[in-house]
Amino acid sequence: MTKLLTVSAAALLSALPVMALAECGISDAGSVRILANDFGALDLVMERATSCASDTLSVSVNQTEEHKNLQVPALSINPAEYTVAVIANNSLPPLLNEGLVQPLDDLVAEYGAQLTPQQIIRIDGKIMAIAFMVNGMHLFTRADLLEEAGIESTPTTWAEVLDAAEAIRSQGILEYPLAGAYAPGWELAEEFVNMYSASGAPFFKAGTAEPAINSEAGVTVLETMKALTAYMDPDYLSIGSLEASKMWGAGEVAMMNLWASQAGPLIDADGDYPEIAPNTVLTAAPTLGDAGIPAGALFWDGFSIASNISDEDAAASFQVMMHAIAPDLATEHPTGASWMIDGYVPTDNAVGIMANVSSGGVAYPTLPYMGLMHSALGNELVDYLQGKESAQEALAGVEAAYTAAAQERGYLN
Amino acid sequence: MPHKAFAWFILPSALAMILFIALPLVSIVVQSLYIEHPQVLTQVESCSPFGGCTMETRVDAAATAALRDAQPLGRFNGLGTYFNRSHLATREIATILKDTDGIADSLRRIYQLPFYRALLFTLCYTAVVTPLGMLAGFWIALAVNRIPAVLKGPVIFVSLLPMIITPLIGSLVIYWMVNSRGILGNLLQWVTQDPTLSIAASGPLTWLTLFLYGIWIAAPFSFVVFYAGLQTVPQDTLESAMIDGANRWERVRFVIIPHLVPLATFVALVQLMDNFRVLEPIIGFNAQASATSLSFSIYNDLQAENGQLFASAAATSLLTIALLIVLLFPVLIRTWRDFSRKSAH
Repeated sequence: MTKLLTVSAAALLSALPVMALAECGISDAGSVRILANDFGALDLVMERATSCASDTLSVSVNQTEEHKNLQVPALSINPAEYTVAVIANNSLPPLLNEGLVQPLDDLVAEYGAQLTPQQIIRIDGKIMAIAFMVNGMHLFTRADLLEEAGIESTPTTWAEVLDAAEAIRSQGILEYPLAGAYAPGWELAEEFVNMYSASGAPFFKAGTAEPAINSEAGVTVLETMKALTAYMDPDYLSIGSLEASKMWGAGEVAMMNLWASQAGPLIDADGDYPEIAPNTVLTAAPTLGDAGIPAGALFWDGFSIASNISDEDAAASFQVMMHAIAPDLATEHPTGASWMIDGYVPTDNAVGIMANVSSGGVAYPTLPYMGLMHSALGNELVDYLQGKESAQEALAGVEAAYTAAAQERGYLN
Repeated sequence: MPHKAFAWFILPSALAMILFIALPLVSIVVQSLYIEHPQVLTQVESCSPFGGCTMETRVDAAATAALRDAQPLGRFNGLGTYFNRSHLATREIATILKDTDGIADSLRRIYQLPFYRALLFTLCYTAVVTPLGMLAGFWIALAVNRIPAVLKGPVIFVSLLPMIITPLIGSLVIYWMVNSRGILGNLLQWVTQDPTLSIAASGPLTWLTLFLYGIWIAAPFSFVVFYAGLQTVPQDTLESAMIDGANRWERVRFVIIPHLVPLATFVALVQLMDNFRVLEPIIGFNAQASATSLSFSIYNDLQAENGQLFASAAATSLLTIALLIVLLFPVLIRTWRDFSRKSAH
């Protein structure tokens, strides 16, 4: 439940407009209201954004893990509650589906000289979002513990991860050598999506919105997930990515597949975890079966500007975000994230995600109905992991829940 | 009171009730009958940092919005939403009953359906927490009634504490305590000598925790009402019972309880409604893996990141109301009987 605490803390601390001297040379007046996810790398971006506030330009930030649930209703009203939505490739489609974000071509032409072509997300010829960092889940391993257990090379497949976990447990080094973000809901579904992407099988029947996950590949994924949970803390269903990364810092875990954006503090030898950090090794996410695709779907994080706002606010918002993701960000905080900003040189914390990209990682599916599939997965897989139903029953349940939602939303008849 | 004066007197509340209860109810009934228009899908070229430019399926937002503007309510779906898998799931149940391996297997499979899973927990929670919460409140009231006047103030304050704490915060606090790293969770592991014991990982223990939490939070209301009721127990009846040789239990059983029955009916009514809409503890305890309630389903439908499922939420709301009416029926009949008996005197 850190989620709710963060929400309220973020609401208390940052929802108030921050008035300070303008540092970023924006002369336009306006109101900039930013809705963003809540993790370390985005804190750095938001810090720079709020520094632009002046007497005539107000900047307010709401950073919350609930941002995906808030964004559609908040941007549907006119004027929209937020002028900027900080999104990722998976959270952009719901906004596009409803036409809630505006084309940025004019703003990019006027204020976007700093952007590289890679940062520009173009849909149907129009610029709909600006990306500034890459993210995805990849493998974290503790070199010292693996060595102690007599494992010479870092695991590259899930089967090897399981073998290594068994070796660590049987030698009494750690009872629960694995961790993962298995909290029911979005995070549990993301674990499935990562591994299923690695199988190379499609989520939907080609060209339709009909689900296709109740297949051999789906069963393999579920069986692998269940096998992994045997080596996780018995509370694994209430552990999300933030808790998992704390457990890593506390030295309770030997291997985990976790977000690249959380790597920075965990490998910082001068930071909070001086004993753990030097032994933390980042590699590509493990592969599943013969497809050779790392089980960590690739994400980009970026921002879009709401449709239902005045042109002044849109221009002010765009300029504030341009300052927030200026090349200075990458030079000031080179280990903050894997930036997609001009002048960024990948550092140690980006090794894992770069390995995902170079070993054939695939992007998170951006189909308009993928979000419904993700929600259905998050709700329906729990019973299987708790041993109350078979893998086929669980997958049939996911498909049925998805179908019910997709019919109501008008994607299926 | 003359009819005209009465009409004027009641007008503000009647207006408020129409505005805030009747009209929303009508709107919910209407919304539950409609689903969204078919989304207009197109293939567009989209360019992203990974994989370059590809043709992708996207929603044609303008065309879909035009459909919506023409018919804002959406497509008429009749009672379809009520019978789909997320609600009564009639088709799924028919299939389960057709190819079943016995009653246990059918029940297990029906329990996998979201509505029935939520229903079972909601009913169990209501059935356990309502009587036990009232009993706990009654017991506290009897105890407080007997302690010296100096202690009464502090004891009443402490007994009301669960009511003062926001349910969400209260459940969060207890969640951290019973978590396997928390003080109570650790104690439990130590007592049972089982390091793998975890309340969050065990369905029955999660239910038990939620029930105990529910009783803890429900007791103060019953306590306040019963404590007030105790002050009205006729002293001479109590004294004559004492002269007749009734011990303390008999006085409670034959004087106090009959005197408080009408109050108990009222408390039961309020508590039934309160417990039937249980939501906060499930969120506070992160318990959706083993317990969901009808209110939680509604919350979940309205929280969806892809936009809210209004029809689904409306259908669950109406099914909840229908069930609540069934559940309250005995209590309402009782209240009505009490009322007509009194007015007959």
